[in-house]
Amino acid sequence: MQLLNMKETVGFMSLRVPAAILSALLVIGSLVSLGINQLNWGLDFTGGTQIEMRYEGVANLDAVRAELTQAGFIEPTVQNYGSSQDILIRIAPMEGVKNVEIGDRVVAALQAADPSVEKRGIAFVGPNIGDELAEQGGLAMLVSLLCILVYVAMRFEWRFALGSVVALAHDVIITLGLFSILQLEFDLTVLAAVLAVIGYSLNDTIVVSDRIRENFRKIRNSETEEIINISLTQTLNRTIITSLTTILVLMSLFFLGGATIHGFATALLFGVIIGTYSSIYVASLVALWLGVSREDLMPTEIEKEGADQESML
Amino acid sequence: MLNQTPLWKYLVLIFIVGMCALYATPNLYGEDYAVQISAGRNASVDESLLSKVTETLSSENIETKNIALDNEQILVRLTNSDSQLIARETLQRALGDDYYVAMNLAPDTPAWLEAIGGAPMKLGLDLRGGVHFLMEVDMNSAVNKSFEDMVSDFRSALREEGIRYRTVRQVEGGVEIFFRDQETLDKAEFFLRNRNRDLVFTEKNDLKIVVSMSEQKLAETRDYAVKQNITIIRNRVNQLGVAEPSVQKQGVDRIAVQLPGIQDTARAKEILNATATLEFRSVDLDHDVRDAVAGRVPAGSELVLDQQGQPQLLKKKIILTGNHIIDANSSADEYGIPQVNISLDSKGGSKMSQFTKDSIGKPMATVFIEYKSTGERDANDKLIFEAKREVISIATIQARLGSSFRITGLDSPQEAHNLSLLLRAGALIAPIQIVEERTVGPSLGKENIALGTQAIIWGFVAVLIFMLIYYKAFGLVANLALTLNLVMIVGIMSMIPGATLSLPGMAGIVLTVGMAVDANVLIFERIREELREGRSPQQAIHHGYDSAFSTILDANITTFIAGLILFAVGTGPIKGFSITLMIGIATSMFTAIFVTRAVVNAWCGGKPLKKLSI
Repeated sequence: MQLLNMKETVGFMSLRVPAAILSALLVIGSLVSLGINQLNWGLDFTGGTQIEMRYEGVANLDAVRAELTQAGFIEPTVQNYGSSQDILIRIAPMEGVKNVEIGDRVVAALQAADPSVEKRGIAFVGPNIGDELAEQGGLAMLVSLLCILVYVAMRFEWRFALGSVVALAHDVIITLGLFSILQLEFDLTVLAAVLAVIGYSLNDTIVVSDRIRENFRKIRNSETEEIINISLTQTLNRTIITSLTTILVLMSLFFLGGATIHGFATALLFGVIIGTYSSIYVASLVALWLGVSREDLMPTEIEKEGADQESML
Repeated sequence: MLNQTPLWKYLVLIFIVGMCALYATPNLYGEDYAVQISAGRNASVDESLLSKVTETLSSENIETKNIALDNEQILVRLTNSDSQLIARETLQRALGDDYYVAMNLAPDTPAWLEAIGGAPMKLGLDLRGGVHFLMEVDMNSAVNKSFEDMVSDFRSALREEGIRYRTVRQVEGGVEIFFRDQETLDKAEFFLRNRNRDLVFTEKNDLKIVVSMSEQKLAETRDYAVKQNITIIRNRVNQLGVAEPSVQKQGVDRIAVQLPGIQDTARAKEILNATATLEFRSVDLDHDVRDAVAGRVPAGSELVLDQQGQPQLLKKKIILTGNHIIDANSSADEYGIPQVNISLDSKGGSKMSQFTKDSIGKPMATVFIEYKSTGERDANDKLIFEAKREVISIATIQARLGSSFRITGLDSPQEAHNLSLLLRAGALIAPIQIVEERTVGPSLGKENIALGTQAIIWGFVAVLIFMLIYYKAFGLVANLALTLNLVMIVGIMSMIPGATLSLPGMAGIVLTVGMAVDANVLIFERIREELREGRSPQQAIHHGYDSAFSTILDANITTFIAGLILFAVGTGPIKGFSITLMIGIATSMFTAIFVTRAVVNAWCGGKPLKKLSI
């Protein structure tokens, strides 16, 4: 069985201008949304208290809100979580109260009104912790991009390295953009998913770059653009199949993994799709525009690769 | 001949896969409801306790599966959760406060597996249920306390040395000393500098010396504050009756406390925040202990039990409280006899000196006070704490004592060590506060396990079916590799002692399943290409594996880098995710490249093939 049976080389690069415009629009749109709407930061980053409760029947959100307001909590956020029985309550850090006790007090207040309600979980995050996490997360992303840049530059060539890092940044920005536009909650697990997207998208990009390098060595007398088209066509089946199997398992995670893991699955699912696109268009396009050529990738030119790196760094 | 695998390679592969499979098996066995008994400060777990436990349980007709003494703990396995509850209550009543009885789930690993170190994966709190606290040590007050001590220390030191100063006062980041003339300033600086080599002295205009801590001393002070808090928290956590608590330093000034299975978080918080203190008191020698025990306790004295449960008659007046203790550590004297060295701050030193001046040859008692919860609550729903006093040492005063002295005459180095820990616990130098709490109820934990497992199974099955349809016989080989990959992840996770499986960790496994087939897809697509280019099946297999190898390696190493960075930066669940991701990458490369190659070679190698089922 063959997914796509391609006799002819697909002219991927002839679509480079529309692809570049699309990518640019997506990135700019994401950045604008990140600037205006920002991210809907989850508890891990904002600090505060989050309580998960389960009612025996359908939970009456308005009643819960009223009970909590009566008990002295200011503007509690109450929403369903996973099912109509489960609710998630969020309370921002309060002045003049021991914040660490809020969770227990909420549970007590709700159980006083309805003894059958079950405490499922409490999470309290102090106000300073969130800032640190956001800082650490940003740092983690930058460090991983940098490490990958260095590794790919060493293994391939700086134009590919830059191409893959641009592709990764592209994927990360658009994934974050989606979370910003849809105002999905961005918590620690989503951050982990975004970093996993970096890993995945890179995997794809490397496979394509590897093939481009190989074809430069194997096929003589061809234009760079042609070589890239041939390489992309040859790896297209693999790219689609791997994305497909990954999307299959992510769907299972998305639908069966439960509320806790929902954001994580969403970020990965979206990231994998964007990552697949970017490994075809973004990474190779950047390498092409940076003027990658046969001479840069010939095995005898290893010394020159080193020289290039130094000039870049 | 192409595509042959030597016998030794098969053996190595079978050995590696077999080992992982073996260590994965403990996860197949269930868990027993169990009760775990460990000793408190003054007790020990031994054979006699074992028989006492056995007797108690059999006299109450509680059915047990097994009672074993191991690693200074007694583990009682029970048949169901009801008898677990009853057993815990019965045993706690029978054994008293000296022992901690905790409910636990003990893995039902067969003895032979346990003997070779087999154990199931550790589950994270999000899967087991329990509480996670992150506590922050207030470093400012730790450092400020040191400066306070420095102020009084300098005052008395200069006075004793006969150097006249104008003022000694604490300022932001250090201590200032003012003098009347340059000569005394120089003298004092020389004297203090020699006395405190880890401090930094800077001479300023207007006859002033500014004293601050060296970077090293500052780091030591901070480190000490955290370590001391960890010691205290460990003691308290034992009180909670948690089976496998974990108290660990996290970062520079934080302590992560994990209490699996605890539900009453309010109680846990109050106990962790309670304080322990210490008092030095003189022993009442004018009255008879036996009279006091009989009810005639003289005014101004009281009875306090010692560690052996013997009553001691002590004066109510306190010589000194524990917050004057700066440091206490155990060592051995020149004859190898254990001792505890104690340093007091200068205020404490002068109090001690005042008292001991007239009391040489008399005994002095050290009383440890711990605030234990009574389990009852007051009108405001706060737990009521009761101060429990206990004499931890009675020592004879040999000489007039100053700010540093030692307690000798201890029975063993162990006793000396325990005493020094307790002495330190009494002098909490830096307060702590909870900055993060995560509680997961048991039902949520169970649900998370069920959901995670389901996601893994369905994702796995979907990929298996897809690969079988798409690559036929070769798909079957890839599926075998994928299955072995899953077994190996579980096996390795069980082998690594520090690895815990969390819900994000399970997500990591799911993701690995999806990505693990990538290596096989790469290889198989290559083989197809080679076939299209007209190579023979044998050659196609050979070239397919060879040329895909470096691609797979590069692709996986870069993903591994991302995982490594997640591991380095992340905490808790993120770390869990990165561990499974990294293990998954390693095992998937192994199974997808080496295992499938060996299987394909065994199946196709050396045969004249016309067609490949790919």
